[in-house]
Amino acid sequence: MALTGLDIFKQLPKTNCKDCGSPTCLAFAMAMANGKASLDMCPHASEAAKEFLGSATAPPVRTVKVGVGEQEIVMGDETVLFRHDKTFYHPTAIAVQISDTLSGAELDAKIAKVNGLVMDRVGQKIAIDLVAVTNCSGNAATFKAAVEAVAAKANFALLLVGDVAALEAAVPAVAAKKPLIHAATAENWEKVVALAKANNCPVVVKGNGLDDTAALVEKVAAQYKELVIDFGNTSQSKTLGEMVNARRLAIKKKFRPFGYPMLACTQATEAREEILEAATYVAKYASIVCLKADEKAQLLPLMAWRMNIYTDPQKPMAVEAKVYEIGDVGPDCPVYVCTNFALTYFAVEGEVVGSKIPGYIVAVDTDGSSVLTAWAAGKFVAEPIAEFVEKTGIMGKVNHKSIVIPGYVAIISGKLKEKSGLDVIVGPQEAAGIPAFAKARYPQLMK
Amino acid sequence: MATNILKEKYTGKICTTTLGATKEQGGTRTSTVTVGGDATMPFLHFEGEMPLGPVVAMEIQDINPGWHPELDKVYAEVINNPIAWAKKCVEFGADLIYVKLAGAHPDNGNKSPEDCAKLVKDILAAVGVPLIVVGCGDDEKDSAVLPVVAEAAAGENLLIGLAKQDSYKSIAAAAMVHKHKVLAQSPLDINICKQLSILITELGLSAENIVIDPSTAALGYGIEYTYSILERGRLGALSGDKMLSVPVICQVGYEAWRAKEAVASEEDFPNWGDQAERAILWEAMTATGLLQGGAHIMVLRHPEAVRLFKKNAEALMEKPEI
Ligand code: B12
Ligand code: SF4
Repeated sequence: MALTGLDIFKQLPKTNCKDCGSPTCLAFAMAMANGKASLDMCPHASEAAKEFLGSATAPPVRTVKVGVGEQEIVMGDETVLFRHDKTFYHPTAIAVQISDTLSGAELDAKIAKVNGLVMDRVGQKIAIDLVAVTNCSGNAATFKAAVEAVAAKANFALLLVGDVAALEAAVPAVAAKKPLIHAATAENWEKVVALAKANNCPVVVKGNGLDDTAALVEKVAAQYKELVIDFGNTSQSKTLGEMVNARRLAIKKKFRPFGYPMLACTQATEAREEILEAATYVAKYASIVCLKADEKAQLLPLMAWRMNIYTDPQKPMAVEAKVYEIGDVGPDCPVYVCTNFALTYFAVEGEVVGSKIPGYIVAVDTDGSSVLTAWAAGKFVAEPIAEFVEKTGIMGKVNHKSIVIPGYVAIISGKLKEKSGLDVIVGPQEAAGIPAFAKARYPQLMK
Repeated sequence: MATNILKEKYTGKICTTTLGATKEQGGTRTSTVTVGGDATMPFLHFEGEMPLGPVVAMEIQDINPGWHPELDKVYAEVINNPIAWAKKCVEFGADLIYVKLAGAHPDNGNKSPEDCAKLVKDILAAVGVPLIVVGCGDDEKDSAVLPVVAEAAAGENLLIGLAKQDSYKSIAAAAMVHKHKVLAQSPLDINICKQLSILITELGLSAENIVIDPSTAALGYGIEYTYSILERGRLGALSGDKMLSVPVICQVGYEAWRAKEAVASEEDFPNWGDQAERAILWEAMTATGLLQGGAHIMVLRHPEAVRLFKKNAEALMEKPEI
């Protein structure tokens, strides 16, 4: 349970010495309760107060890291149950499985395929995050060989899934890459946790449902806290219920055993079904989803879902409102007008690039809202557009007098023409129509 | 041991709403669809009742909508014949048929209200599932068409719309007189969403007669706004706000099938992989994602997206021991 200002005040020296920068101990306590001050700012706090307040004000979900360098993934440190309450911080990592039954050329081909799971959408690079090497062979030496091969060639952090013997064989060989070890269970946890600790790697604690897992986490956490929870997924609705409970208890009750990132492996056997199952876990609190699907066409929708759930609802994703020059522009190039909502801008930019006809894009300041949203709010209508285009001076750089507007706001073309004195060309509705539009209209500019 | 369960105590729940009417109920449907009744956040069976699962409405239009070739592959033989098209959707497992009267639009053929009503009657005669009927999107024309359709289909308990903040009156009034439910759409704003329910109930229809679309956005194109509005609406409903306690419909197919990631060819975007696979999953993922926010009726287009969505929804409806 979150502490109130009064709870905190009771632990302070009550001398009002102001050394913390607050006028009184009570004011300081209130600031702490609101997360605006931390106890280390009071030099006079007793050890007892530090202990009491330290554990109570620790973040509800511990931060755990996997991998090193560019492959590092940060998990946890979430503070809310609903994204509209603040935001979610660390996007669910996607782990794709590779079985250790593959070897030689087959294994190399699989690693190459998984390495290729990197795509671009709306101006952002999106990719999977982990390769999960799985000890399907049941043989420790085979596992070690596969893990070493993957570690040498894969571009992502490692999740190593095996029994004690397999993990003991493989983990020391790749410890420098800080893999995540899967899993410490009721039967083997002492050995697996010792292995994780010795190699300085995070470890997954896998139980069977809520109570069993909480008990196991408590035992492990007494020795080692770099851990991730797995409730032992047997059904999607059960895992959903467990993860929601665990996160609620961690955030609302500060229940320590559940104050760690969570991992879920999909149950579905068919790739498309796996992707939809994974969507549930992305929405409801998994820090890692582990799946077998490895086709770009399947992972792209899942990655887009993750991207959306983890966007910050407090600030619209906006690009600077200005003129962008796409390609080797010259005076006869088209001038496209759109809004400065990041999604809108990147959709248009991608298509102008794709059209292979250089052009200018005027991203009008709409406070980061989309074409129709801005139109409905009066921010993307004739007058502000005319003013903005004028202000940028863009029409002085070209030898024509026309601008292209999005098809969805065709309705403003008359008024815009009147206000701006320019020829207003109504473009296609979807940005995807820009290449065909541009090729038909400006064939002479084709590069 | 239940010590590790944190159940929220809710005072409200979502209305239970039935669409369609059988002969005994004054219509001609051979099956009806009932949604709602949820007393928990989505699929948290340990904490409250969620008696009825999500359902799928498959979309058809009165004129060939010029859909993506991947959808044409599926519907080529029926796309110019709404009646055959509706039947085909029933074969694909549609719980309801969503009929868009696009041809009534002044720019799209300007079909008369009477022609629209006749078509709806013909579809009702051809299939036994309940219908959702929406206008062409031109507010003025829809205000003329929908009351005529409502009258022709009196007693069938259609879900009819779209009723919007500034154009709800004629639709809601017609629904009330001819015993239909109202599909109310608000532009991604929880206050307008609530306000619209209030306005409609003030005309004399109870909340049980409303289904809301809080504005659906596609995966990758604003879906997070819809998702958060759904969560906020559901939390409001569970805490006793009657005007938010109505079932939710999401018009997924239209949104998903205009997203670039769904429709761009593999030739143009080799790095995105197979286009058909992407498109089907884009649609299924939009629906599945929104389901976690709290929604009841999904309007879909591709039969494989329907299958995938339903299979996932079934798994979520299993009541586990926690
Ligand atoms: C997400 C959303 C919001 C978000 C805003 C997100 C944002 N940053 O803009 C929120 C919740 C804040 C919002 C608020 C409102 N919204 Co809103 N919103 C949407 C929604 C669901 C998606 C919009 C979106 O993000 N699209 C994705 C972007 C990328 O699309 P886009 O900018 O149009 O760009 C595409 C094309 O236009 C084209 N394009 C863009 N630029 C150019 C340029 C050229 C030259 C060319 C050729 C093409 C081109 O390419 C892009 C990709 O194809 C739509 C409904 C829908 N499903 O579309 C409603 C919608 C746009 N909203 C609407 C309304 C009314 C509002 C409000 C006024 C409601 C209110 N509360 O009163 C407010 C306004 C808030 C304000 N004061 O600013 C209405 C618009 C009315 C209309 N057209 O009839 C819509 C259509 C919903 C509806 N059906 O009623 N909204
Ligand atoms: S420094 Fe400590 S003792 Fe001094 S006023 Fe601040 S809280 Fe009180």
